[in-house]
Amino acid sequence: MPKGVLVIAETRDGELRSVTAEAISAGRWLADGKGEECSVLLAGSGIADHAGGLGVYGADTVYLADHEALGVYSGELWLEAAAEAIAAADPSIILIAATSTGKDLAPRIAARLGAGYAASCTGLSLEEGTVEATRPVYAGKIVEKVRLSTAVGVISMRPKSFEVDDSRSTSPAIEQIDTAWATDAKGVSAGPVEAAEGARVDLTEADRIVSGGRGMGGPENWGLLEEIAGLLGAELGASRAAVDAGWRPHSEQVGQTGKVVTPGLYVACGISGAMQHLAGMGRSKVIVAINKDSDAPIFQVADYGVIGNVMEVLPALAEELRKLEA
Amino acid sequence: MNLVVYITQVPDTATRVKIGADGQNIDEQDATWVVNPYDEIAVEAALQIKEAGEGTVTVIGIGPERVGTALRSCLALGCDEAIHLKTAEPVDDPLQQARLVAAALGDRSYDLIFTGKQSVDDDTQAQGPMIATILGIPCATEVTALELTDGKVEVTREVEGGKQTLKLDMPALLTTQKGLNEPRYASLKGIMAAKKKEIDAVDSDPGEAGLERVELVLPPTRPEGKIVGEGPEVVVELVRLLKEEAKVL
Ligand SMILES: Cc1cc2nc3c(=O)[nH]c(=O)nc-3n(C[C@H](O)[C@H](O)[C@H](O)COP(=O)(O)OP(=O)(O)OC[C@H]3O[C@@H](n4cnc5c(N)ncnc54)[C@H](O)[C@@H]3O)c2cc1C
Ligand SMILES: Nc1ncnc2c1ncn2[C@@H]1O[C@H](COP(=O)(O)O)[C@@H](O)[C@H]1O
Repeated sequence: MPKGVLVIAETRDGELRSVTAEAISAGRWLADGKGEECSVLLAGSGIADHAGGLGVYGADTVYLADHEALGVYSGELWLEAAAEAIAAADPSIILIAATSTGKDLAPRIAARLGAGYAASCTGLSLEEGTVEATRPVYAGKIVEKVRLSTAVGVISMRPKSFEVDDSRSTSPAIEQIDTAWATDAKGVSAGPVEAAEGARVDLTEADRIVSGGRGMGGPENWGLLEEIAGLLGAELGASRAAVDAGWRPHSEQVGQTGKVVTPGLYVACGISGAMQHLAGMGRSKVIVAINKDSDAPIFQVADYGVIGNVMEVLPALAEELRKLEA
Repeated sequence: MNLVVYITQVPDTATRVKIGADGQNIDEQDATWVVNPYDEIAVEAALQIKEAGEGTVTVIGIGPERVGTALRSCLALGCDEAIHLKTAEPVDDPLQQARLVAAALGDRSYDLIFTGKQSVDDDTQAQGPMIATILGIPCATEVTALELTDGKVEVTREVEGGKQTLKLDMPALLTTQKGLNEPRYASLKGIMAAKKKEIDAVDSDPGEAGLERVELVLPPTRPEGKIVGEGPEVVVELVRLLKEEAKVL
């Protein structure tokens, strides 16, 4: 009988991604609840050094798939790596972070195994040994609770929906996976990821976001937001109106057709707060809104609203934040 | 070139979706149904390839009677054929859906299959990679650019922090992301022509689900918004609140 949790890890630029730390923490928690083991698949090229370090999150076993061809993500090859680890671990739950990679890979694994797939979940619970997951649907207007009804289930977890627990101290058993199959590219030649200009932390993983909308007046005023973002150590976001106007790249769009973000602090500047924008940022911990229209719907969700012109409020805010730094 | 587009029908994103009395499904009563926005991009991509050379575009949809309308609107855009995998109830489970389409495509020949990146109702983002895996063909998700070159398709996919370029052997499956193209509107002529086209309706049984829906609930509500004040003077108070009350600074 399948048993235990297998987490699929992701690294970027040679570092373990924070979303993977979250996923392993979630996997450990589930495994503890069921009194079972938590293992991790670590696939990539030259990633072996990370294996031992996964013990702080409570990994019992790390399956290593280290091959040059796995250095860039290709769903076809990573699926094979996952299949090998699954054959070895025989898990009942497969857990992966709902990143670009996770959202590409998880459904492939589910289809290969004929497993139920709970996508982009924000919460997990155990009900008499069965995993129940919550997932926002209809752009967050409704929450769906699902139960995995197959012997093996696949779950992807949205970034920042599970607290990292790095207080464990297991020393994981490390098992090499045979990667001979990796020389067959399976009809896909995948290039490396070219970093977007100015990209730092991805918005979905950002702790603080400063976002601008049509009310910013034009791209020439983004310096104001950059200054605030610099002072806060925040990333930049935008509404669709700002993206459609060509002021900002689509990678910065927050909302239903952009990114769904959950930072600790979200500062919305000159954004009206349309339903589709709220769909992307409504789960932020603390929301600050600056808007000249006191009736703007953004104020209904803002923990702290400032009614005023961004051109005046933002410089004042920058000055105040600078004082804080000094 | 045989092009297949898999489309789903969703409530208009401006619709106020309500949970039905059973707590299991949404109340469909007041919903305005549209073609999923990402699927419009998928349809456009297929139509552009057809128009650049030779080929036919087949659209497939799964679901109850109402899905016929969505398929008809794709015919109006210029798609040649429509297949409706008809089920009594909406099918929500991604595995069930993928198996249905894969089975329907089983004995057809196709060069490229398109799906939207995600449907904006269940937000699963699963169909494309699932179908490709069942069919055993290469797949690229979140495609923002594509080019056909000597029997292969070269695509750019959007990933966090950047872009990745891939070259896929055909047949292949691509899921379409915003930025790939600007979907067209139907012309009056197209709408008239679509009225005469047949939709191939096939009664379908969704089979076993991989996922059991326990219930639909409303998300936790945020506490009522609070206004700190008006004008640049209030930023002092704002920063104080962020620091001392919200403790985020
Ligand atoms: C299918 C679909 C998907 C969508 N997806 C998204 C999405 O992913 N993300 C998204 O953001 N939107 C999305 N939208 C669009 C959304 O409905 C809104 O049109 C959009 O969010 C509006 O952007 P905005 O708030 O910047 O602009 P507006 O609604 O025009 O608001 C501008 C705000 O700025 C204020 N303002 C103006 N000047 C100043 C000033 N000097 N100082 C202070 N405040 C000022 C105004 O009072 C106003 O409230 C989608 C729409 C559809 C139909
Ligand atoms: N019921 C359905 N019928 C036909 N196509 C669908 C259906 N559900 C999803 N799709 C397709 O699969 C894509 C991804 O959907 P999803 O995996 O549900 O987010 C959509 O953009 C559609 O192209």
